Amino acid sequence: MSKGIWIGVASLVLVIIGIFVVFLSADHVTSGHYGLLMLALIVVAIMLGFPTAFTLMGLGMIFGFIAYQMSNPSEPWRNNQIFSLIVQRTFGVMTNDVLISVPLFIFMGYIIERANLIDKLFRSVQLAMKNTPAALAVATIVTCAIFATATGIVGATVTLMGLLALPAMLRAGYDVKLSAGAITAGGCLGILIPPSVMLILYGATAGVSVPKLYAGAFFPGLMLTVLYIIYVMVRAIINPKIAPKLNAEELNTPWREILVNLAKSFLPLALLIGFVLGSIIAAWATATEAAGIGAAGGIILAMAYRQLTWERFKEAVFLTARASAMVCWLLVGSGVFSAAFALLGGQGLVENWVKSMDLSPMQFMLLSQVIIFLLGWPLEWTEIIVIFMPIFLPLITHFQIDPLFFGIMVALNLQTAFLSPPVAMAAFYLKGVAPPHVTLNQIFAGMMPFMLIQIFAMFLLYMWPDIALWLPAQQYK
Amino acid sequence: MQQILLFIDRISTWIGKTFAWCIAILTFVVTYDVVMRKLGRPTDWAFDVSWMLYGALFLMAGAYTLSRNGHVRGDVLYGFFPPRLQASLDLVLYFAFFVPGILALAYAGVGYAETSWGFKETSNNSPDIIIYPVKVLIPIAGVLVFLQGLAEIVRCILCIKTGAWPARAHDVEEVDVEELKQMVGIKDGDVAGAKP
Repeated sequence: MSKGIWIGVASLVLVIIGIFVVFLSADHVTSGHYGLLMLALIVVAIMLGFPTAFTLMGLGMIFGFIAYQMSNPSEPWRNNQIFSLIVQRTFGVMTNDVLISVPLFIFMGYIIERANLIDKLFRSVQLAMKNTPAALAVATIVTCAIFATATGIVGATVTLMGLLALPAMLRAGYDVKLSAGAITAGGCLGILIPPSVMLILYGATAGVSVPKLYAGAFFPGLMLTVLYIIYVMVRAIINPKIAPKLNAEELNTPWREILVNLAKSFLPLALLIGFVLGSIIAAWATATEAAGIGAAGGIILAMAYRQLTWERFKEAVFLTARASAMVCWLLVGSGVFSAAFALLGGQGLVENWVKSMDLSPMQFMLLSQVIIFLLGWPLEWTEIIVIFMPIFLPLITHFQIDPLFFGIMVALNLQTAFLSPPVAMAAFYLKGVAPPHVTLNQIFAGMMPFMLIQIFAMFLLYMWPDIALWLPAQQYK
Repeated sequence: MQQILLFIDRISTWIGKTFAWCIAILTFVVTYDVVMRKLGRPTDWAFDVSWMLYGALFLMAGAYTLSRNGHVRGDVLYGFFPPRLQASLDLVLYFAFFVPGILALAYAGVGYAETSWGFKETSNNSPDIIIYPVKVLIPIAGVLVFLQGLAEIVRCILCIKTGAWPARAHDVEEVDVEELKQMVGIKDGDVAGAKP
């Protein structure tokens, strides 16, 4: 085993020792301490790699059972309240009218992914950008932004662009790091730019309206895309060698042909996303209605391009079932877990502890974002949202921070985690399809500037919250 | 042993794939409802049917997802462990967390479904729509996931014995590089030859 694993294992041991120290030093152990023990155990168990949904469910069940039995020792075990809590939380996830849109958006994503649009999309955008500096890199980012927005699948976007755009850029003599950075950073944009599943989960957990979140994330997502594009263009202007111009044949493509290409491959997808997103933001439709229309539109689009075979349709259906089950069982697990956490009074303990630190709202905001950023290394964004948001939310109210604004900051923050080495999944997807001479270190190095841009974007958003809050304020007027 | 494993996999897969079609029906129902509303004839059943389809979809696909190792897991460390260590950790944690959690769900689900079935529960939104069959799915899903969990436990034991994970049935993957290459028409030589 390599050095990295030993560091990981050592940090796990440290967490466990830390738990014991806290327990031994407490004057008298209250049930709230068991709540904290449960929270620490969950982090350890997730690090050990057991499926998170069942870890949450099991720990919640065991601790909830003990908590109830301790406070009602005379009750027979069958009447333990944790049993009814488990089914109620399960049924709660089933009847949550916000979450219905999750499988629909996932379905739309898989259909569009399987419709084989990206190839033509990339080529048409590339020709349309032919006169800009770093034309291929800009086209990569634009294609990624649109495709990732429509599908929301980071792995597929990065893999496909790794197959199409990376060889194209390398052949044209582009710098390896710049090319890798543009693909990985662009591929992750779908996490933030609505309609993203992350924002639905945040909305369902935090009780914030999804249309407001989508409206709020729209301009920050656009801003990030534009910042990426500005960055690659500036790099190309300073040092044209890292991003040579397109060849003469491509440069001489008549505008007429370019426009026809754009209309054929760029416009339909852009219209579909624009319609889905627009109808949610303009409050014409609920997220579920828009997602349903989006999925139906995706099917029609794929059929119009003659790409929708029965086989691909079936694959999209099965993949959707698995992805939805993954997300929703995780929500069931976290529901059980947070019920037990509340039953034990762990929430109160955390709240009192944070309140006793006497932070200003600004300090709390920074502290929480740093914690979320650090959690983004070992954990997936789904886990962070469903486990830790319920703990943060009462504190957000205490510090009078707008949960809408907090949600946009979290989404931007977790985006950054996707690009932070050494765990950035995007890098591994790209490495999986890149030519052998492209090393993982080159990909990581290429991602770093984009990660810094993301942190800069968070800074901008923090300084001017209206970037996120202006559009939601225009809704429902 | 391998036969029993694959048999349980097949049951989970078959049920999961059958209920997966709920997403296609759900897409249709939601679209139909929107269109009818724009025509001024809103349906009174679409809302209830939608959540029931969605609930059935994710509940019944739980075991299928487990059979494909599709439930999200933190693989920061796990991914780098040798198979024997992975299997040993999984084995312990299946008994520590999975068994109590899922058994509790199945057990509690039975009582919950019984009550609902007892008075033929209907929806709050429209009394014509029965919802007790969906509640019955909760204990059924619990049992299915539990069975698949047993299969996974056997997989762990086999892996500890042989030092390699037993095979899983092939299925469609989210990122299947070979398939994606084929889709966009790229051959291996094209990528490898892309030297600056």
